[in-house]
Amino acid sequence: MTEKKGPIMSPGIARLLVILALLALWEIGARLYADPLFLCPPSQAVGALPHIFSDPKIVNAIKITIYEVITAFMISVSIGMAIGLAVGLHGFTKASILPVILLLYATPQATILPLFVLSFGIGPAAKIAFGVSHGIFPVIVTTVAGVQNLRATLLTAARSMGASRIQVFTSIIFPHMIPSFFTGMRLGMTAVLLGVLLAELYVSTAGIGFYTRLFAESFSPPDLFALIAVLATIAVTLNELCRTAERRFSRWHAR
Amino acid sequence: MKSSSRLMQRLVQLGLLLALLVAWYWATLPGGINQLLLPPPGPVFRDFWVLLTTSSIWPDLAVTVREWIAAFLIATIGGCSLGYIISRSGYAVRVFDPLLAGIYSIPAILLFPLYLLFFGLGPGSKIAIGTTIAFFPVVLNTIAGLSYVDRAYITAARSMGANSLQLFWSVMLPAAFPIVLTGLRLGCILAFLSILGGETISSLAGLGHRIVSLAENMESAQMFGNILFAIAMAFIINGVVSYVEARGRRGMQ
Repeated sequence: MTEKKGPIMSPGIARLLVILALLALWEIGARLYADPLFLCPPSQAVGALPHIFSDPKIVNAIKITIYEVITAFMISVSIGMAIGLAVGLHGFTKASILPVILLLYATPQATILPLFVLSFGIGPAAKIAFGVSHGIFPVIVTTVAGVQNLRATLLTAARSMGASRIQVFTSIIFPHMIPSFFTGMRLGMTAVLLGVLLAELYVSTAGIGFYTRLFAESFSPPDLFALIAVLATIAVTLNELCRTAERRFSRWHAR
Repeated sequence: MKSSSRLMQRLVQLGLLLALLVAWYWATLPGGINQLLLPPPGPVFRDFWVLLTTSSIWPDLAVTVREWIAAFLIATIGGCSLGYIISRSGYAVRVFDPLLAGIYSIPAILLFPLYLLFFGLGPGSKIAIGTTIAFFPVVLNTIAGLSYVDRAYITAARSMGANSLQLFWSVMLPAAFPIVLTGLRLGCILAFLSILGGETISSLAGLGHRIVSLAENMESAQMFGNILFAIAMAFIINGVVSYVEARGRRGMQ
């Protein structure tokens, strides 16, 4: 264990340097040794970005994928919240139904992907449905956990002071739910992205999955890398949005 | 918790599962859902039983299991050693931990088309995707486990004259073990799930491939039987790994 007192530079700058070093290594390695049919240096991938954004079909594909992700996310959050509240608010339903939900959560969903395609077709509907089937479970589980954190004394106090059911919900249950609500949203977003991308890669005729396959099969790595970079940027952005919301709205709750 | 209410809970759970089965059967009656989309439970369970009692699934199962073990081993060895190296210095942890956590938040399945290009349709691309996905929980938990060992233990061991190796074996490892073990459990399960996913997307053999080709041939009852098999396998893996984790945790205390 080497104890470094007073590091040479801040960890953030060092992290940036590590990323740059890895990119440089990739650039040099790819230029010197790689077969251009399989791997391209990062500079070429960046060079392919204008080509990707100038093709209206690819831009349209990106829009379709974003649309699928956001729709699936909305559905997962609204239905997941409703189920989570219904299950979590009573001790009995929680003890009896939650294990069944956890059982469903633990199934390997990739195996039922062909079923979604059989019942919803190869268009966006199957991707949205598969995204929802991934995203809904984390939302349910975190909602149930959030309800569980509710302190019983608060509820009893509100009831004894004559609060109605609606008042109890709006001024006690809901504010306490907010932190776990956003945690659920973040986990749900990760899961929805995974579900939609899996379904897109399996069968699609229009979305990003179609083009990643096309570029891989036509041996044009610059386009492929550029598209993967675009997708990764979208994923990170959506994730960060959820994470920022989570941090913002949980601040008051810090005890 | 009173035993009568626990009984009621079990009854409700059983009732839910039964209702699901009945709904499934009822939906497949004539005039309901097309049997090609949803076969009735009878033939599905018959096909599931055939899978359990005959050896027809063995070749595909062997492919999947081999890919899974390879991916998990590579992820474990790579993740634990990288995690150990990084956790040696607090500065390295501050540099690399957020970097790795950031990469972890990108859905790694995006890389699958790339892996297909590099490693082909065979087991190589599945091992690669399984390794990529399993690697991150292993390395992040190794770093978390090793770098948050209570300083007091380390100082105490040092002052009593422990050398680095002794320090590692008798202080760091036991203290970090439960957290590392959680990473290994996650990695093990994620590797299996992502390999099934990879096989579903494109492959030449394996459980996922079997299900897809049955789906494409509209052999619905057999497909459902195979899905049931994969689900049962995931549950068993989940159970075994959680048991090992709980045992390992207790054994270390």
